[in-house]
Amino acid sequence: MTATVEPELGTSSTKRMTMAVAMNSALDLAMDRDDSVLLLGEDIADPAGGVFKVTKGLSTKYGTGRVRATPISETAIIGAAVGAALAGMRPVAEIMFMDFVTVCLDQITNHAAKLRYMSGGHSSVPLTIRTTVGEQRFGAQHTQSLETWFMHTPGIKVVMPSNPIDAKGLLASCIADNDPCLYIENISLAYSQKDEVPVKEYFTPLGEAAVTRAGRDVTVITYGPAVHTAVAAAEVLAAEGVEVEVIDLRTLMPLDMDTVLASASRTGRALIVHDAHTFLGPGAEIAAQIANDLFGELKGPVRRVGTGFSPAPYAPSGLDFHPTSDTVAAAICELVDY
Amino acid sequence: MTQSPTTEQVDVGDLSTDDLREMYKTMRLITVTGERAVVEVKAGRLKSAFYPVRGLEGSCAALGSAMRPEDQIVSTYRSLGDALAKRSSLRRIIAEIYGKADGTSKGKGGAMHLHDQEAGFITSTGVVGAGLPIAVGLALAASIRGEKRAVVATFGDGSTSIGAWHEAMNLAGLWKLPVVFVCQNNQWAEHTPIDEYAAVTDLESRARAYGMTTAKVDGFDPIRTARVLSEATARARAGEGPSFVEVVTYRLTGHSGSSDYSYMPKDQLAAATERDPAPAFRRWLLDAEIVDETALEEIDKQVAAEVDDAFEFAQNAPQPNASERYTDVFADERQVPKS
Ligand SMILES: Cc1ncc(C[n+]2csc(CCOP(=O)(O)OP(=O)(O)O)c2C)c(N)n1
Repeated sequence: MTATVEPELGTSSTKRMTMAVAMNSALDLAMDRDDSVLLLGEDIADPAGGVFKVTKGLSTKYGTGRVRATPISETAIIGAAVGAALAGMRPVAEIMFMDFVTVCLDQITNHAAKLRYMSGGHSSVPLTIRTTVGEQRFGAQHTQSLETWFMHTPGIKVVMPSNPIDAKGLLASCIADNDPCLYIENISLAYSQKDEVPVKEYFTPLGEAAVTRAGRDVTVITYGPAVHTAVAAAEVLAAEGVEVEVIDLRTLMPLDMDTVLASASRTGRALIVHDAHTFLGPGAEIAAQIANDLFGELKGPVRRVGTGFSPAPYAPSGLDFHPTSDTVAAAICELVDY
Repeated sequence: MTQSPTTEQVDVGDLSTDDLREMYKTMRLITVTGERAVVEVKAGRLKSAFYPVRGLEGSCAALGSAMRPEDQIVSTYRSLGDALAKRSSLRRIIAEIYGKADGTSKGKGGAMHLHDQEAGFITSTGVVGAGLPIAVGLALAASIRGEKRAVVATFGDGSTSIGAWHEAMNLAGLWKLPVVFVCQNNQWAEHTPIDEYAAVTDLESRARAYGMTTAKVDGFDPIRTARVLSEATARARAGEGPSFVEVVTYRLTGHSGSSDYSYMPKDQLAAATERDPAPAFRRWLLDAEIVDETALEEIDKQVAAEVDDAFEFAQNAPQPNASERYTDVFADERQVPKS
């Protein structure tokens, strides 16, 4: 279903877009092409257009039948999306903040993720759940990066773009995919960065990492906002002669370990960087696999930089939570000097 | 509790003699299959949790007569009756309970997760109350596409205490969806009687608060139950919005197949057992001279043979192949992590 269509960049058919606008464009094109695409979520209809405006204009264009503003009922939003998906529709459900997936975890992990299996393959749940993370200023109940929970649940795919082009292409692929996909949007990335993005529909394949920056000394494996943290660290170190390769996983499930292992085998050094907690975070699995498969080829231990084991503190100043380019650069230097 | 139906009381409405005979057969199938499953569990031949539907046979048969092939149902772990009412294959259901490759889910679902897309038996859930939002979504899809079908959600009385129940009722009422909520009120949630867990035990009144048509019916009266449920499914198909039907019955066994029922008041259980649906309906069919003894015996024999055949089929069916373990996790099995 997810045909790979390469974006045509640098042509007249591209436009500078933020991630938020790129996601809006992906939703718009999917709804235009396929009548079975249906949006559900709190405040998603116009004039609100979603609290992060990602669905702006869509209910005006496609009607409130297909762009459904819901009550504050996360269980019912996901449950209804599962039912509609079982009936062959392609619902895109919005959960305002990732922290609130705890309210509907049953529907996601016990139903969406397991129905294909428990039906012996007779049912499929082509559901996309869009949710947001990453704003420390909202405090501990609006900041959690819970992607590991879902990577740990057989049956659901986990996707997290780091730039506008992937934001559009990955969302299109999630909608077209026949399995449930959790698509995680980073709030601060969604508005900060603008890139040239193709205007027409295209698909970034699920399960394929991108090499964001090539380098021969250290492999940094990362995704989402931490890609930018890692690239910033790499740029600082380049001035000192250290060449860092940055891999943007883009999709956490399926996890593209082939790209990761090929790079780490070349550089002999691997560092995993993410905004999720270091302890039992995605990096734990990635590090274990690298250590297992490349034991003899490594020039040092596989290291991780993530978030410490506390709820998100409200005060960003003085109570650093997410990795910074300084902490990442320091970890890279340690690896190189090992 | 109200009385068993009698010829004076009952107007069979649109139900033909064939329909009534079919209802009796469904009731017998549920009773005999359930009893056999319990025997198999006790004998150690069937290693499964099994949730008997004893007491609900009339209600399930009534639901069967109210649903058309295009209608869909979402059920619970206590789903044998619903599956048979929806005309799912007995052989494949039993094979699934045995965890065999020929089961409805190739042995990956099990007794609590029966599933038969072709029959419109969309799914069943082991999580109390979780089926209602899913049924709402199926009904939403039907309503968006203009498909004339009723989506039925069945659930126990205990599920009315969980948030998903309330969220789904509100959504269905708000969006006027073609869904029929059928509360199979057997008056027990595991070992807890309804008056010990509910602030308001009149469940119909709760549903009324969500702006839908509601009814409460004696589930030991399958004719009335069938009429009320038929009205509700017809309303859904006609696009007239959701309904809630509280079918009041009593659980004639313990919660699960092998559990005891010492905690159930003896007089209550005895009174309910007097009204055991299949035998009561049989007596009524005879008294009302709708079906004669010979014809009823013929049905009983057919049922016994079908049940024997299904258990034999299931017991002899092949085990799932080990390679099946990692299929159906994702649509594309190459996407499943290797370690
Ligand atoms: C969310 C959840 N909590 C607890 C259970 C354990 N459990 C299984 S059946 C049951 C009782 C449910 O009673 P009711 O809804 O009346 O259905 P019945 O079993 O009587 O048909 C409980 C508590 C469960 N399956 N799901």
